[in-house]
Amino acid sequence: MNHSATKEHHKLLSEHFGITAIPGQFTVALAGNPNVGKSTVFNALTGLHQHTGNWPGKTVDNAQGSFTYLDRSFLMVDLPGTYSILAHTIEEQVARDFICFGKPDVTLVVLDATCLERNLNLALQVMEITPKIIVCVNLMDEAEKKNIKIDLSALQKDLGVPVVATAARSGMGLDTLRQKLHEMSIGLCTPTPRQISYSSEVENAIQQLLPNVSRLIGSNLNPRWVTLRLLDGDQAFIKSISQYLNLDLHSTRLQEVAV
Amino acid sequence: MSAVIKPMTTLEEICTEAEKIRLSNPDLGDKIVSDIYQNAEMIAGPAVIKNSTDSRSWDHKLDDILTSRRLGYPIMFALLSIIFWITIAGANVPSQMIADTLFAFQDQLLIWFELAGAPSWLTGILVLGMFRGLAWVIAVMLPPMAIFFPLFTLLEDLGYLPRVAFNLDNMFRRCRACGKQILTMCMGFGCNAAGVVSCRIIDSPRERLIAVLTNNFVPCNGRFPTLIAIATIFMGGMVVSELQTAVASVVVTSLVVLGIFVTFAVSWALSHTLLKGEASSMVLELPPYRKPQLGAIFYRSLIDRTIFVLKRAIIMAAPAGAITWLLANIYIGEISIIGHLAAWLQPFAYAIGLDGFILLTFILGLPANEIVMPILLMCYLSTGQMMEYGTLEELRDILINNNWTWLTAVCTMLFCLLHWPCTTALLSAYKETGSKKWTFLTFLIPTVIAFIVCFIVAQSARLLNLV
Repeated sequence: MNHSATKEHHKLLSEHFGITAIPGQFTVALAGNPNVGKSTVFNALTGLHQHTGNWPGKTVDNAQGSFTYLDRSFLMVDLPGTYSILAHTIEEQVARDFICFGKPDVTLVVLDATCLERNLNLALQVMEITPKIIVCVNLMDEAEKKNIKIDLSALQKDLGVPVVATAARSGMGLDTLRQKLHEMSIGLCTPTPRQISYSSEVENAIQQLLPNVSRLIGSNLNPRWVTLRLLDGDQAFIKSISQYLNLDLHSTRLQEVAV
Repeated sequence: MSAVIKPMTTLEEICTEAEKIRLSNPDLGDKIVSDIYQNAEMIAGPAVIKNSTDSRSWDHKLDDILTSRRLGYPIMFALLSIIFWITIAGANVPSQMIADTLFAFQDQLLIWFELAGAPSWLTGILVLGMFRGLAWVIAVMLPPMAIFFPLFTLLEDLGYLPRVAFNLDNMFRRCRACGKQILTMCMGFGCNAAGVVSCRIIDSPRERLIAVLTNNFVPCNGRFPTLIAIATIFMGGMVVSELQTAVASVVVTSLVVLGIFVTFAVSWALSHTLLKGEASSMVLELPPYRKPQLGAIFYRSLIDRTIFVLKRAIIMAAPAGAITWLLANIYIGEISIIGHLAAWLQPFAYAIGLDGFILLTFILGLPANEIVMPILLMCYLSTGQMMEYGTLEELRDILINNNWTWLTAVCTMLFCLLHWPCTTALLSAYKETGSKKWTFLTFLIPTVIAFIVCFIVAQSARLLNLV
C-alpha cells in the first residue's frame, strides 16, 4: 500500500470503526463463534495492552489491543462472537462490516476444535470476503480430552489458508500464530482460499447478476460475494455498501472508473 | 458479453434485478445457507477423526441434573443462598477493620483541620460530610463486593450461568421475553448500570427494552448492605445469634426471588401492553464446563467489576455526603432542613409503612443507593454527621428508638428492593435506549410498583392488627 492509500485507510478505520492505528501498524481482525476461547487468544496475544469501547453508533462492545512481534506492531480488533456473518443481528453486521470494509491486514478466525464442522461455517463465509485469513483451531487440549483428532495438514490443504492449532489457555501454538500473522501482514504469504461451491440453483442466479455487479464494484470487493448478499436481499448490506464505498444508489461513478 | 446483457449501471438497478431473481426463487436465501453448511460438512468430514468415547458423558450427566425440571430450580436457589451466606458471613470482619482504620484517620483529619485553623463549616463539609460518607461507602461496600464478585465470576467461568439461562428460558418465553435476560439480571446483582449496559446481548430490540426496564428489580450491590443490615437485625434478631447469618441469608435470598418474580410479572405485562410481540427464537448454547482460571477471575471480578462499581459509588457519595451534611446542619427555626422535609413527607410515608425520614433518605439516595443507610442514621441522630454503626446491636437500638417495628423493616426492605433506579442506572438506560420516554418509564415502573406493594402490605398489616 502506498503512503496516501495507507492514510486513506487509517482515516476510514477511525471514522467508521473508531479505531486508531499508528502509522506502520498492521490491523488484525479477530473473529469466531461464541465460547471458542476467542477472548483467551486475544488476551494471550495482547496482554494488558487493551482498551474497550463501543463500535461507533452501535451498542456493541469493541475491544482493541496491541502487540509487537519481530519489531512490527499489530493492532488486534476483537470482533463480537458470532455464528455467521450473514448479518441477522447487529453483532454479525458489525463483524461483517469490519472484515469487509475495514480491510484488516489479516482476519484471524478462531475455531473450536471440539466442534469444527459448525465453526467452519464462519470461516468459509470470511474466506468469501477476503483471502487474507488465518484459521486458528483453538481448544486443541479439550479436543484431545474428548478423543477428537484433527488432521491439520489436510484441513490446511482443503481450505487453502494457513491453519494454526492452539490451546490458548496453556499458550500452546501462540508463537506459530504470531509468526503466521507476521508473514501474512508483510505479504510473504497470499493464500488462495477455497470458495464455497453452491448448488446449481444458486450458481445460476449468481451468473445472472455477476457481470453487472463486477462492473459496478470493480476490485473493491469480491463481486461473487456481493452478488450473493444482494441475492439474499440483505438490506443492511446494501446500506453498508453505499456508506463505505461512497456508492449512492444511483451513482455510476465507479463504473466509469472501472471502464 | 456486454453486447448481450443490457448494461446496468446503478446499485439500485442491480438491487431490482436481484429482487426479481429472488422472487422467482423464493427459497434462495435458505439455499445459500444450507450450501454453506454442506461445504463445512464436506471439509470437516475427512479432517476430523472422532473416536467414540464416553468422556463427553460426564458433562452431559451434569447438565441433566443442573437443568432438570425437578432439581434445576432448587439447585439454583441453593447456590444463590450459599453465595449470599458466604458474602454476609465473610464481609463482617473486614468491614469492621476498614471502618476502624478509616475512622481513625478521620479523627486524625479533624485534628489537622483544627491545627490549620479551618472554619467549622469547612471541616463539617469536607471531613464530616464528604470523608465520612466516603469512608462509610468503602467500608460497607468493598468487602461484600470483593467476596461476591469473585464467587459470581467463578460460577460464570465454570459455565453455570448459561445453564441458569436455560432453566429460566421457558419462564421468560411465557412472558414473551428473552431467556438471556437472566444474564443481564446477573450483571444487575453487581450494579444495575452495568446490568442495563449488558442488555445489549439481547438481539431483539423489543426484548432488550423489556430487559432494560426491569433490570432494577434485581438488588444491586448498593442496596445489598441495606437489605443485609435490616434482615440481620430484624429477622435474624428473632433467633439465637448462631442462626442470625443463616436467617439473614434466607431473607435476602427470598427478597431476590421476589425481585425475580416481579421481573417476570412486569416483563409479561409489558409484552402484552406497551411492547407487544412474540418471543423471538434464540440459540442458547450450553458451552462445555471448563476449569476456571483463577487469575483471570480475580482480575476480572476485582479490577473490572469491584473497582468500577466502587469508583462510581465514591464519585456519587462525596457530593451527596456534603449536601446531606449541609441539609442536616442548616436550621430553619428549631428544626434542620432535613427535619422539615421529613415532616412534610410523613403522612404519605406512613401510608406505605415507612416514615418521613426513610422516604426522604431514599430520595436523597437517588445518586447512589449505598448512602441510604448512612443518611437515615444521620437523620435519626441529628448529630449533623453520618453515623457509622459500630455493631448491629447499636443500629438496632437506634431504629427501635425511632419507632421501627417489624412492619417498618419489611416495608423498608421491599421499598429498597423495588424503588427507582439510581441516577447512574438511569443514565445508562438513556444511553442504551436513546429515548427519554423509555428512560422515564425505567424510573416510573419501579416507583409505582414500590408504592403499591408497600401500601398493600402496610394497610393489610394494620387492618389485621398485626402491629
